[in-house]
Amino acid sequence: MAHTSHSHSQTNLAQTTDAHAQAHHVIEVRTYVLIYIALMLFLAATVAASFMPLGAFHLPVAMTIALIKAVLIVLFFMHVYYSAPLTWITAVGSLLWVGLLLAFLLSDYLARGWLHILGK
Amino acid sequence: MSASALAHHDGPPADYLSDSTVASWLLTTDHKRVGILYMISVTVFFAVGGLIAGLMRLELMTPKGDVLATPDSYNRMFTMHGVIMIFFFLVPAIPSVLGNFLIPLMIGARDLAFPKINLLSWYVYIIGGLMGVWILIFGGIDTGWTFYTPFSTMYSNTMVVTAAVTVFITGFSSILTGLNFVVTVHTMRAPGMTWFRLPLFVWSHYATALIMVLATPVLAISIVLVGLERLFHVGIFDPKLGGDPILFQHLFWFYSHPAVYIMVLPGFAVISEIIPCFARRPIFGYRFIAFASVAIAIFGFLVWGHHMFVSGQSMYAGAVFSILSFLVAIPSAIKVFNWTATLYKGSIKFDTPMLYALGFIGLFTIGGLTGLMLASLAIDVHVHDTYFVVAHFHYIMVGGTTMAYLAGIHFWWPKISGRTYPELWGKLSALLVFVGFNLTFFPQFLLGYLGMPRRYFEYRPEFQVLNVMSTAGASILAVGLIMPLVYLLLSLRQPRNAGPNPWGATGLEWQVESPPTTHNFHEPVLVTCEPYLYSPEEAEREYAHVQHVHSS
Amino acid sequence: MHTSSTSTAPDEGTQLLLSHFDDLDQQHLTSNLGMWFFLVSEVMFFSGLIAAYTVYRALAPDAFKLGSHHMAMWVGFFNTLVLLTSSLTMAFAVRCSQVGDRRGIVRNLILTALLGTIFLGVKASEYKTEIDHGYLPGRSFHVSEHDAEVLKAASLDANGNLDEAKFSRNKGQFQMMFVLYFFMTGVHAFHMIVGIAAVLIFAVLIRIKWFSGFGTTQVEVLGLYWHFVDVVWVFLYPLLYLIE
Repeated sequence: MAHTSHSHSQTNLAQTTDAHAQAHHVIEVRTYVLIYIALMLFLAATVAASFMPLGAFHLPVAMTIALIKAVLIVLFFMHVYYSAPLTWITAVGSLLWVGLLLAFLLSDYLARGWLHILGK
Repeated sequence: MSASALAHHDGPPADYLSDSTVASWLLTTDHKRVGILYMISVTVFFAVGGLIAGLMRLELMTPKGDVLATPDSYNRMFTMHGVIMIFFFLVPAIPSVLGNFLIPLMIGARDLAFPKINLLSWYVYIIGGLMGVWILIFGGIDTGWTFYTPFSTMYSNTMVVTAAVTVFITGFSSILTGLNFVVTVHTMRAPGMTWFRLPLFVWSHYATALIMVLATPVLAISIVLVGLERLFHVGIFDPKLGGDPILFQHLFWFYSHPAVYIMVLPGFAVISEIIPCFARRPIFGYRFIAFASVAIAIFGFLVWGHHMFVSGQSMYAGAVFSILSFLVAIPSAIKVFNWTATLYKGSIKFDTPMLYALGFIGLFTIGGLTGLMLASLAIDVHVHDTYFVVAHFHYIMVGGTTMAYLAGIHFWWPKISGRTYPELWGKLSALLVFVGFNLTFFPQFLLGYLGMPRRYFEYRPEFQVLNVMSTAGASILAVGLIMPLVYLLLSLRQPRNAGPNPWGATGLEWQVESPPTTHNFHEPVLVTCEPYLYSPEEAEREYAHVQHVHSS
Repeated sequence: MHTSSTSTAPDEGTQLLLSHFDDLDQQHLTSNLGMWFFLVSEVMFFSGLIAAYTVYRALAPDAFKLGSHHMAMWVGFFNTLVLLTSSLTMAFAVRCSQVGDRRGIVRNLILTALLGTIFLGVKASEYKTEIDHGYLPGRSFHVSEHDAEVLKAASLDANGNLDEAKFSRNKGQFQMMFVLYFFMTGVHAFHMIVGIAAVLIFAVLIRIKWFSGFGTTQVEVLGLYWHFVDVVWVFLYPLLYLIE
């Protein structure tokens, strides 16, 4: 591997203009307020849903609404919508990992009784 | 053109070791100095953990309990041995010492992304370590390093809460290191240092760092739950109150199985650097090895239930975990095959680092294959909690991680200190460690298969011969491990004779002087080619030349 | 090397470059990414609690429902509203730092801290009511007559007699809801306290011009943390208060 000092700044420039545009994206106040109103509506929806006779669907509905709220916050308040793919991957990846933990945990607990042998 | 040649334009610049005041060390943010701080600390903890292991092996020389007086003290010994070795040596050893020192050098950066957080991680580690020593002195803990409930939450009379706090704190040191590495690899690479020009050392450490960030917090929370349950008895793991002790095992192994890869992936990192250098060939299947590291990191999260086959977990979940566990063998085998293929038709030099590395491949293969045996449900039920398991994970952790750590220390010692060490003593130590290790732990496979359970301080008389062999092996291993400490420290008394590149190795870290200067590089770095461009013929000439310089 | 920024005043609008970075974009990206990966580890930290919650709720859905009915749903609603509003003010603070409005940053940060403090105050009064009713798990945990009747009804054996072991387990599971409630909201409140302290400190530092270039990077990273704590609450609210 070789070292030179010449082409350094050009290469860097090419690498970072993209990052530069992403790093300093300024979101309009209007967008923020719209997102805020949407969050308020979903908050009302989640409470309303808890009063509705949804039976077994209470949890999925509540979690879906919570997820939508979280996604709105992450995308706009946390600027992920305007960020590099890496930030997307990080955000989605962490959610995926929680899912992984829960999925394998439940695979044990849900399958516990299947053998009809005490303790299996 | 090498960076060291450029260095002499305006006189020799200060190397990173030149400022020797205590304050300059304790307040340093230089990744190399933090690496040295870690090196000293992990060595101390390794010595303490090793000493405890020695006492245990002495106890196990005879079937009756005689050396440690009570079973209780034996329980505390094996717990402290596990806690110290895992949390204070194996997890930080390679990443925090060699990773810290080398990653910025290898990717052409002046430092890690967050130098202050790097120093902070050392302080957090030291706080955890001091608490660990405190526990060791004032009463110990007897739950095993696994802290299984309900024993840890309801029955143990030892310092479980203090130990929980210790592990919690130490975990943060690991998270901070992981965070730093991940971000460093993403943002601090020099121009031209694309992902597929990264040395495999960096790839492996990247995978390790991902596990540190993703898994360690789960350990933290599960250990907090143990502490909470122990203090307030609110029933989190108490079946009488609707809790489930097995939930703890799930959360614990969600960290602790990936943690095995936190320990061994950095070992792969070291070996991937040493094998091509001493075989004088480009590494075989670069991309396969790189992706195998990431694959191991990901698969590592899918298999934790194979520690729980006899715990009361659902048999169906057990079967799924068992099948998935076999998956990990694929990337691991890819690595072993590729290292071996790199050796093929290479002009191999058996210097100390290479001897350790070859030892690693052999021992890791045995550890890995016995791991497959343990991953199969049926066999595991037979040998669960026997010495077979003990032998298996020591083959991975001592035969794997510790061998790789020593290989790495010997390989980069000239870079770290600027000095060479006596090659003959190095080779002897590699040989002693290999022989001593096998004599210590191979009999334990047999013991376990014959049914000797782990974690007891007495055993049936028919197991004595194999136990005596094991203890004898441990003493050889101890000699082999103490030797490097002596001759490496003695080498510091010599003048700096290593030169920038004593092994004729490729890689950016070998293009700067030994020891490197504070900011690593004097000129901006531009990378223009792949790593491991070893050509056998040319390299051999260069290597012969370097050897010649050494001896004169 | 380019040091362009949204601000026109070069001396005030440009952040200082630390010596191990090549340019400001790299520095900004690095800090940002550092916080993101820290948040990943935070997600995993909470995921351990979510896992415990999932398992225990799946094992005892009725006990959890009974417990949830004792939570002050409208107080929680109010607190969610407060917290979402604080996220908005935090987003404004970040925006102000991007466009170089120093007074705006300080104003919005103080508003954020204020809303966060209101949240904690409400939470504290909620805790007090719950503890007064004997819902704090441990020795002082008290199952009221009415709850005991419901739990007894769920603890009958095949012959319609009370199964004492089952009853005690059901009471334990009822308590478990409160264990998880106090622990999860407690950990969340701890993150809020850290957040409020950091927001106030940052407000002062921005005010005294401690950070170069309006502290854009610093405020943005702080904002990420604050929004994350908010997101956690968005999940906690339905999981703890709204079980039907």
